[in-house]
Amino acid sequence: MTAPRVGDRLGRLLNLVPYLLARPGIDVTEAAGDLGVSDRQLREDLELLWVCGLPGYGPGDLIDMAFDGDRVTITYDAGIDRPLRLNQDEALALVVALRMLAQVPGVHNPEAVERALAKIESAAGDAAAGLPVAASPANSGMERVGELQGAVARRHAIRLTYYTATRDETTERVVDPMRVLVVGGRAYLEAWCRRAEAVRLFRVDRIDSAAELDEPSNPPPDAQHTDVSDGVFTPSEELPLITLRIGRWSRWITEYYPCERVLEETQDRWLVALRASDLIWARRLVLGLGPDVEVVGPAELREAVRREARTALDAYAEA
Amino acid sequence: MSRNRTERLVNLVICLLATRRFLTASQIAATVPGYEHDAEDPREHEAFQRKFERDKAELRDLGVPLETGTVSAFDAEVGYRIARGDYALPDVHLEPDETAAVGIAARLWQHAGLAAAATSGLLKLRAAGVDVDLHATLGVEPVVTVDPAFGPLQTAARERRQVRFDYRTPEDDAAQSRRLQPWGVVSWRGRWYVVGHDLDRGATRCFRLSRVVSEVRPVGEPGAFEPPAETDLIRHVAHWSGPAEHPHRATVLVPPGRAAGVRRFAESVNPGPAGDELVLSYSDPDGFARWIVGYGADVVVLAPDEARKATIARLRDLVASYDPADAGPGHPGGERPSDGASRVGSGIPADVLLSAEGVR
Repeated sequence: MTAPRVGDRLGRLLNLVPYLLARPGIDVTEAAGDLGVSDRQLREDLELLWVCGLPGYGPGDLIDMAFDGDRVTITYDAGIDRPLRLNQDEALALVVALRMLAQVPGVHNPEAVERALAKIESAAGDAAAGLPVAASPANSGMERVGELQGAVARRHAIRLTYYTATRDETTERVVDPMRVLVVGGRAYLEAWCRRAEAVRLFRVDRIDSAAELDEPSNPPPDAQHTDVSDGVFTPSEELPLITLRIGRWSRWITEYYPCERVLEETQDRWLVALRASDLIWARRLVLGLGPDVEVVGPAELREAVRREARTALDAYAEA
Repeated sequence: MSRNRTERLVNLVICLLATRRFLTASQIAATVPGYEHDAEDPREHEAFQRKFERDKAELRDLGVPLETGTVSAFDAEVGYRIARGDYALPDVHLEPDETAAVGIAARLWQHAGLAAAATSGLLKLRAAGVDVDLHATLGVEPVVTVDPAFGPLQTAARERRQVRFDYRTPEDDAAQSRRLQPWGVVSWRGRWYVVGHDLDRGATRCFRLSRVVSEVRPVGEPGAFEPPAETDLIRHVAHWSGPAEHPHRATVLVPPGRAAGVRRFAESVNPGPAGDELVLSYSDPDGFARWIVGYGADVVVLAPDEARKATIARLRDLVASYDPADAGPGHPGGERPSDGASRVGSGIPADVLLSAEGVR
């Protein structure tokens, strides 16, 4: 699984002859772009191949090619007319990716993915035999992905009924969809939200209804895709920092939410600091975690939790 | 790699592909440019042998299948050749929609090593005449990340080799060293797991890859074990989380416009004078109470009694933890949180549940 070593030309050279053989008269620049090398590098590769060939190494034994301007055609391949087999890493990367793709909900054409998977597995042969990697079917709550990506493809705006967990409210809004993503097993609709006037990621399992409108999707030209390579939620400095004192059985939150600090206070108590998107959300989190968790700060949150628990309990006394 | 060496290796591959007989090292030296030396001079000959060994290793690293065999029935000396059938990628004919799928699959990795391997695999497919559309989309863009333990664990599973690694769950104070016979790696609900036979527990276990805090060290030889026949890796991981069944029904009272997060899961809503009566399904009363208490005074459990009692008990513990003198109504007061706090219920996200109950 190591990245190919820098300067490892040999694999590229062995691949280059069959590549060109399959595309007689291809433009050098086009081939270079296709193969991910510079024009100059490709020309150097061709020069090197031109002096290689079969034993004897006479004019009839060496790899030969014809140039017509910038177009190149292999006229003699010296027997390397096929690419090398896929190695184990390549087979793994392609086969597992296709297996995962086959499980993604809303993919246009799942049969094509399955067919491609079968063909690549068969071509990889031993390298793909018994690959010990499996991908599970998608989460539940993904049924809506198909209709959302349909709206993306047709470039139509969508009216969403969306549950915002941070504020515990369900609201309606019209969005200009940009793409559908699956990150960490969850599906998201990325769209320009006309209400927030910003690009937002909407968790598909929190979309309670979605109506495709007749009007076109029209995100502003400067609307940028969200960088999700580090996950979907990246806590920012502007969000309120909350500090909790937690017991052992609440320590799962330190893995589930990005935490800024986890300090051992005693043998069975820890101080945890994390960014909350909203104090209302934090109140719900802390109430739900129960007596195993105590708010240290801010005082406002501590008071809100205390008061809310008291009021909730009183409601039962009245009943 | 120097130009001379690259040139020599290309010629070596061409030569060994072309020959049907096994060629000895000295025959190769006499044929392929770049190996010329005086075989009578021990130092020169030794230098040649080292060079040839390095070149063979280079070819094997690249995945070139070097075949060895004896040159003839009368000569025990080892020779080399490359069988064309083992060398060449078989014919691959992909339909346009299949090439689109391959193109998308190849760019789904957010991992440098896997992304590079996918790219070089793609280049081989292109060299086989497949025109992969690099800009195709399938309407959905999956982003797949892998933990560092992925590579070594899948290699060990493939080689049937035992591994040792340090593992830490959030509940543990320190990482524990674990020994595992890995059967396979599974992506489940966006996370990676390894399933296998835990040698310390003497039982089947699965481990979350993100909790492996050390390097994964192979122990012993490949081929050390055999996974049970018909192993369904996904079923093993899913088994730990248990089915999320909600066989019970509770009725709760919610003021108009409040507790949207609870309303979304209501099976029915009956407006009344005091608010809306919602019917909700649940699996166990403690887990249900955990979820409902998060919504504070916005949700009051009316029935059944077990759900109502569990919710009241939890609220009492909560009130007592902030103000030990004030744990009413009808509560003796001053009591510390009950053990109920440590129970894991359905109010916790499913993958956390998995961590707490199954994956240790």
